[in-house]
Amino acid sequence: MLEKMIFGRYVPGDSFVHKLDPRSKLLFVFLFIIAVFMANNTITYALLLGFTLLVIFISRIRLYFLLNGLKPILFLIIFTFLMHFIFTKEGPVLVDLKFLKIHEEGVRQGIFISIRFLVLVLMTTILTLTTSPISITDGMETLLNPLKRIKVPVHELALMMSISLRFIPTLMDETDKILKAQLARGSDLTSGTIKERIRAVVPLLVPLFVSAFKRAEDLAIAMEVRGYRGGEGRTRYRQLNWQGRDTLVIIIFLVLVTALVWLRGGS
Amino acid sequence: MDISLQQVGYSYALGTPFEKRALKEVNASIKSGSYTAVIGHTGSGKSTLLLHLNGLLKPSEGTVRIGDVNITASTKAKELKEIRKHVGIVFQFPEHQLFEETVEKDIMFGPMNFGVPAEEAKRRAHELIKLLGLPEDVAQKSPFDLSGGQMRRVAIAGVLAFKPSILILDEPTAGLDPRGRKEIMELFNKLHEEEGLTTILVTHSMEDAARYADQILVMHEGRSVMAGTPADVFSDAERLKTFRLGLPRSVAFQRDFEKLIGQPLDKLALTEEQLAFEIAAALKDGER
Repeated sequence: MLEKMIFGRYVPGDSFVHKLDPRSKLLFVFLFIIAVFMANNTITYALLLGFTLLVIFISRIRLYFLLNGLKPILFLIIFTFLMHFIFTKEGPVLVDLKFLKIHEEGVRQGIFISIRFLVLVLMTTILTLTTSPISITDGMETLLNPLKRIKVPVHELALMMSISLRFIPTLMDETDKILKAQLARGSDLTSGTIKERIRAVVPLLVPLFVSAFKRAEDLAIAMEVRGYRGGEGRTRYRQLNWQGRDTLVIIIFLVLVTALVWLRGGS
Repeated sequence: MDISLQQVGYSYALGTPFEKRALKEVNASIKSGSYTAVIGHTGSGKSTLLLHLNGLLKPSEGTVRIGDVNITASTKAKELKEIRKHVGIVFQFPEHQLFEETVEKDIMFGPMNFGVPAEEAKRRAHELIKLLGLPEDVAQKSPFDLSGGQMRRVAIAGVLAFKPSILILDEPTAGLDPRGRKEIMELFNKLHEEEGLTTILVTHSMEDAARYADQILVMHEGRSVMAGTPADVFSDAERLKTFRLGLPRSVAFQRDFEKLIGQPLDKLALTEEQLAFEIAAALKDGER
């Protein structure tokens, strides 16, 4: 029942994007998120959108699959679009319905912000779809390593992240199982008043929490039994490997930023 | 209520890269009042199959018929709740479904959902606590304070409480000690006979399938590949082997024994008792 969620899921593959070092991908996505905010006119937004579509094409993720998974976020995009559409009062009036005036600037802003949103979500989704959670945390840990000097517990943070990522599918399965068991006992989540529906969630949440705590305890014991003592002096099985194509990604990013700076309107 | 499956197929995550066909052209017919065991290797589609038997999953293809209701891909959710009233499922590790403050309330959850008045539900809860051999004072305790075996019994009571006429058991004794295992299986058998239930047992235990069931359905790679009485199914060891299934211990012993004495016994011994009886008969024959 929950099998349609794709946000944060990994689809194995062997495209150019899949093969990149997680560090270059993370770095790229992080910088890209900043760069997105540099766009301020039609041509720069078109460039961002075009570039994102190109990345999707190269990563060979099925577009239908990607869009289907973005459905929950679509609502947010449409909402922000409408907000701008209705409340921006600049530029010539396009449509004048007595109670509502739609301005040209409102339409422009609405479209721009939606594209910004879409591009951000698509790019981060491509990152998680093409990179296994374990490589993401590995990459994250290495990238953040310099922060250790100022006593940031980088290893512990990375471990927390990989554990939570690891348990997302487990908890989803668990939820699905408990949901089925309660449905079989006549629990009904889809009808009744709002109060009844909220009450109907309790039989789902209590067992889920109970099992999550139990799992956490088991995991902690299992780790200690195998001699886990934190990040100090720990070596790695998976070595990250920076290659030519990773440098290429950074160069592509620099080209993209130069283009953005050059093409953006003066303001 | 009779159950029949016609050309049932089911795919998980239809239309995504994770799509997986779990059931293919499954046909089966389960008569009202029968005891059916579903056996198959891990991943053979047993669990997916049983989710179809009370509308928790709707078939992607084909029809599931329960009593007078047909369930197809287009059946509405409302009709499914009506079916669930009649079909109880004891899932694997059913203790994971406990959530109420007290054992009594948790057992009452099912019947109350299906519209049984609170007083009647309470009465049934106390009846079931006794029937399942739990101590009387357990009713007001939190289910999370009980031992694993007791939690299992409370969870089973929670399913029996709404008096389903079809009872589906998915490995109901997994993880229990041998004695608890036997007690619970005997209890289900007693209920099956006394209440005239239609029982469907999904199990890895060939012994349980041979001892309790009067019909066996063998699943392999999402298909229903064999169906028949335990004697029929377990007499074809070669075929079972291709589905990565073994024989019940008593039958396996009987085969070895027959090899040693060089002649077959009269009947297939589905339980240890029967085996002892057959061997004794054969020995007496030998003396004569």
